[in-house]
Amino acid sequence: MQNTAQATNERPPFWRDERILAIISQVIVVAIVVGALFYFYNNMVNALKEQMGVAIDFGFLKQTAGFDIGESLIEYSRSETYARAFMVGLLNTLQVAFLGIIFTTILGIIIGVMRLSTNWLVSRIALVYIELFRNIPLLVLLIFWAQAVFFKLPRVKEAVILFNPYFPIFLSNRGIAAPWGIPSETWATFLLFLVGGLILAIIVAVLLVRHGRKTGRMPFVSLWFVVTWLAVAVFGWFFLSMTNQQPLTMTKPALEGLNTKGGRIFSQQFMALLSGLVLYTAAFVAEVVRAGIQSVGKGQKEAATALGLSGFQTLRLIVFPQALRVIIPPLTSQYLNLTKNSSLAIAIGYPDLFAVAGNTILNQTGRAIEVFTLVMGVYLAFSLLTSLLMNIYNRRIQLVER
Amino acid sequence: MRRNLFNGWLNSILTLVSLALIILMLRPLVSWVFTGAEWAVIPANWNLLMRGSYPAEEVWRLWLSLYLLAAVAGLAWAAWGKSINATMIVTFAVPLILMLLPWLSMTARVNLAIMFAVAVVTFVLTRYIPLKPRIRIAVIALIVYFPLIILIIRGFDFSVQMPLVPSSLWGGLLLSLLLSVVGIVFSFPLGVLLALGRQSKLPAIKMLSVIYIEFIRGVPLISLLFMGQVMLQLFLPVGTPPIDRVLRAMVAIVLFSAAYSAENVRAGLQSIPKGQYEAAHALGLSNFQSMTRIILPQAITAVIPVLVGQFIGLFKDTSLVALVGLLDLLGIARSILGNPNWLGTQKEVYVVVALIYWVFSYAMSHASRQVEAATSVGEH
Repeated sequence: MQNTAQATNERPPFWRDERILAIISQVIVVAIVVGALFYFYNNMVNALKEQMGVAIDFGFLKQTAGFDIGESLIEYSRSETYARAFMVGLLNTLQVAFLGIIFTTILGIIIGVMRLSTNWLVSRIALVYIELFRNIPLLVLLIFWAQAVFFKLPRVKEAVILFNPYFPIFLSNRGIAAPWGIPSETWATFLLFLVGGLILAIIVAVLLVRHGRKTGRMPFVSLWFVVTWLAVAVFGWFFLSMTNQQPLTMTKPALEGLNTKGGRIFSQQFMALLSGLVLYTAAFVAEVVRAGIQSVGKGQKEAATALGLSGFQTLRLIVFPQALRVIIPPLTSQYLNLTKNSSLAIAIGYPDLFAVAGNTILNQTGRAIEVFTLVMGVYLAFSLLTSLLMNIYNRRIQLVER
Repeated sequence: MRRNLFNGWLNSILTLVSLALIILMLRPLVSWVFTGAEWAVIPANWNLLMRGSYPAEEVWRLWLSLYLLAAVAGLAWAAWGKSINATMIVTFAVPLILMLLPWLSMTARVNLAIMFAVAVVTFVLTRYIPLKPRIRIAVIALIVYFPLIILIIRGFDFSVQMPLVPSSLWGGLLLSLLLSVVGIVFSFPLGVLLALGRQSKLPAIKMLSVIYIEFIRGVPLISLLFMGQVMLQLFLPVGTPPIDRVLRAMVAIVLFSAAYSAENVRAGLQSIPKGQYEAAHALGLSNFQSMTRIILPQAITAVIPVLVGQFIGLFKDTSLVALVGLLDLLGIARSILGNPNWLGTQKEVYVVVALIYWVFSYAMSHASRQVEAATSVGEH
């Protein structure tokens, strides 16, 4: 008896005590890592001091940039600061990422559903598309797409014109010119109509969901949401057109001298980057969508049919929500890949964040640490934000298991 | 087939639309391939595309590496192939198929034939060795193969038979494959360590692992490559000789890939039921022993398909080194297009480069699907 009491009170000698060993090992590891990082940092600071005088100094952002940027969403000229050039690059990246995500999702869903089609030809076409774009590197695709296709478009005088004359799209080596809308004075009022329509549609959706829960028959809420919003928008458009002015007047591009006038011109680099990224990432999204839809067991569909649900209802109420649970995590990681891959714009001359900051600004100022910190900080922030949102979503829909 | 393609008005319309689409896209493509394209650029630059500026007198070392590859393939099939199936025949037949390329020299054709012979002979002979030593030999061969060929290809300063070939002369497909192989070989152990670190109960180690993994996964590879080229030299004390540019790219690639491997292995580790850990401890195995003998083998086997997918991605990602000035397959292609003789042949060159990447990637993913089916790691 006394032995066991002694055994439970006594602790092993400290070099075998697990808790102390754990603490000591952590201290050693952290010391090694911090020591190594400090060593590298010191070397870098010394080397930079020799080269440039000051090691870390963000003041260069206030200097004049002195270089032009091909395209920009905000006002920019070469007399602006580096900070402004940085913003231009950032906005360009965000623009490509935003549009890329939207189009990739649409195209990816289409191809994913095509892959699952019972029509042999349709599913084979989707298979060829997926296998083609998944097995070639994005950089090769982008460079081929830009150099061999877009840059080879004819001069403006011999431009390829699509959909003449109602919606002419000019394809030339100056870019893609498409009809665009110019806001008139009623544009602000129309935006108010849109916001009002959105609010009304949300109210309608909430009421419909409540009604569905009470009666046990869920109506097609998303359809009614879209229909309400669309109805208000269309009503607003015609109302404003009749009484005042059209909110948007369409300008069509037309040949004028050596250029096109009117409409909006999208540069070749932008179109090449956007379409290349969308084509590439859509193949991966298609696989994700296919895996998601296939993950819903056959029993679910059979049970739904046994309950008397129509094909479309089965899809909407049974398959889609369960498939979504499997689709969302890899889908968000594909969105992240798209954003990170947009940095390859440097290969085809589109001035995105990496091309402007990582290349031009870095070459001109030589401030490696500052520039890389800013650039990687932006990508990192975007990544972490998306991961955070995805984790929140995951936790909410997670199946509670053992 | 008619029943499937035309069994309803919707299907019929889909079929007709699809056929129209296919014809619309294939017609200009086929006419370009057979009439409009200037294919001469490929045979003229084939050596550059395959091995960059690797000196012609030392090419025998590259062929030696390929013979060894054939031998390892023969050993692997003998050790793990269950029966003679179509995939195996295709794998062995690859050198024979490549012999059909019209522009290859006679030596190249002879070497390819020798490759085929080596593979078949190794396969047949190894079948006579009983199973267990056979597997052991195959595993040792696989482990030894990659460092060995790096030594062979690189050569030694002091040797007369195998003089040093500096990495600045490596190029083309040779460089792409070397970058991928080094990337895979070094990033995988590092990734396993990081995954274990992330699972660790010690907060400091866990935090370090998490910070590393999330940082690397949040930034594009191209930024790491640029950082490697610009900053790696600065990390060493002032006055150290400039580090090899290929080495800088390799470091960036290894660090990048390790983070992704870590996440994949972590998924595998999380799929192991707690019962395995508990049983191992009940048997008296230490942490290290239970990890290496029980947990890790199961975890890694469970995620082999995902890991192979990631390695295929790594092979494709090595094309990015073209943007930091290295002359890998894509880089050499761009420099070929800079040659005034071959002006305007962008489509031809890039299509062939894409085709080469496609063949390798598709072969690897097909092999992985076969392995997945064979080990039944698929879904229920």
